[in-house]
Amino acid sequence: METPADMIEVKKVAKSFRGRLVLNQLDLKVHKGETLVVIGRSGCGKSVLLKHIIGILKPDQGEILVEGVNVAALSSKQLNQLRLRFGMLFQGSALFDSMTVGENVGFNLIEHTTLSERAIHERIEESLELVGLKGIQELKPSELSGGMKKRVGLARAICMRPEILLYDEPTTGLDPIMADAINELIVELHDKLKVTSIAVTHDMISAYKVASRIAMMYQGKIIQAGTPDQIRNASNPIVQQFITGSASGPMTDIQVKSLEETEGGSKS
Amino acid sequence: MKPSLEKLGHTAVNAVVYAGGVSTLFMQTLFWVAAPPFRARQVLDQMIKTGVNSAPISTLTSFFIGVVIAFQSAYQMQKVGGEMYIPSLVSISVTREIGPLLTALVVAGRVGASIAAELGSMKVTEQIDALETLATHPVKYLVAPRFIALFTMLPLLTIYADCVGILGGYVVSVYKLGLTSSLYIRMTFEPLVLKDIFTGLFKTLVFASIICMVSCYEGMKVEGGAEGVGSATTKAVVTSIILIIASDAFFTVIFYFVT
Repeated sequence: METPADMIEVKKVAKSFRGRLVLNQLDLKVHKGETLVVIGRSGCGKSVLLKHIIGILKPDQGEILVEGVNVAALSSKQLNQLRLRFGMLFQGSALFDSMTVGENVGFNLIEHTTLSERAIHERIEESLELVGLKGIQELKPSELSGGMKKRVGLARAICMRPEILLYDEPTTGLDPIMADAINELIVELHDKLKVTSIAVTHDMISAYKVASRIAMMYQGKIIQAGTPDQIRNASNPIVQQFITGSASGPMTDIQVKSLEETEGGSKS
Repeated sequence: MKPSLEKLGHTAVNAVVYAGGVSTLFMQTLFWVAAPPFRARQVLDQMIKTGVNSAPISTLTSFFIGVVIAFQSAYQMQKVGGEMYIPSLVSISVTREIGPLLTALVVAGRVGASIAAELGSMKVTEQIDALETLATHPVKYLVAPRFIALFTMLPLLTIYADCVGILGGYVVSVYKLGLTSSLYIRMTFEPLVLKDIFTGLFKTLVFASIICMVSCYEGMKVEGGAEGVGSATTKAVVTSIILIIASDAFFTVIFYFVT
């Protein structure tokens, strides 16, 4: 079997916010056509990683290559060209609440193409159908439920038929049934649109369901990556603690220790 | 001693950073205003929001200020028998100073707060990030239309406020102080030169830029949810008001010596 080409390569990327190191020499490869799920605790920098890949944030060190092109070195015009090949679903859907659902989904088509109004309308309808929604074009985002917002967000992400889809916590905040529906959509879209996908989540059910590979992020680094089975059987105690969802283990022990240390530090 | 000195240093550094941030945003805005395509629909929406919808409150404040100036000057003028100069006092002070300043302050409170709150909410709900992922520059899409709208509507609103202020003076002078209508109109326009109106309108353009840039800057750098949006809104209004009055003083001095 030949090794699949790398679509995205994250090389030794470091990023800190106000002195707090969030990404620490992080390395990650994403193969063309796979669905990579990045797992890790809340606030460990998973979303920050996604925002680096699509160029919203720039790394302090290291580089991010999309098909060999360094994202941080692009001019803003080139970056926007590249972004049209991406689709991103945000955690809170991030729909524009001043616009209708239709305008949200068709945003890129209206802004960046010269398609006729009818063609745009058809494309919007098609994208909404792909996520299982119909006849809600004229509604405002505030009239939708959380699950529907996620779907509309997804429809907006796929409207330009991107090559790469990024999902930021696609199932967080949804009931289990809706979460499963979103998982199925991710798998379905992957098969139908032949996209390369990266999802970040702390929902292991979702991770196992959609991933072709899973990477575990901890303290700003990828500590292990592999197929879902490899991750399930990983010997690394940190990975084991996370995937089994145990409150005690090496991840949580360290936090308690450092708290004791700071307490001691403040007394002396 | 040291902590307070340190604090002073921090404040100074923050002020420079702030000025730098606002100036950068201003440059970006000028670039995107000039860059096609021209977003007629969004600009029109913003013009209605910022200009047309501010007209009622502007009417009230300007009218009352006209009334106040007429009465306050009558208080002095009646002593020397100079009531006929009240219209001139009203028209000069309204067009040169009160009209532009009051309109800018009203718009800073009304529109500046709404811009900061709207952009701030968009920031915390990741809508501004979403714009970027959709290959659209937030300054181009959000700031430029608001800038064009404020830059055109604030002068128009000021001209309107000038007229309403003069009308306020007219009502007091004609119905209360016993001046004839024709005398009021003649004495309003006699001392008024084009320069008075133009210096007033020039300041308005500066005020419009201040309101738009400060509010957009505050909105776009919001962090930390609803609390952040609240404090950004307050900061946007307070900073705008301070800068408006400070720049008003600056230009008044300049115009005094130059013209």
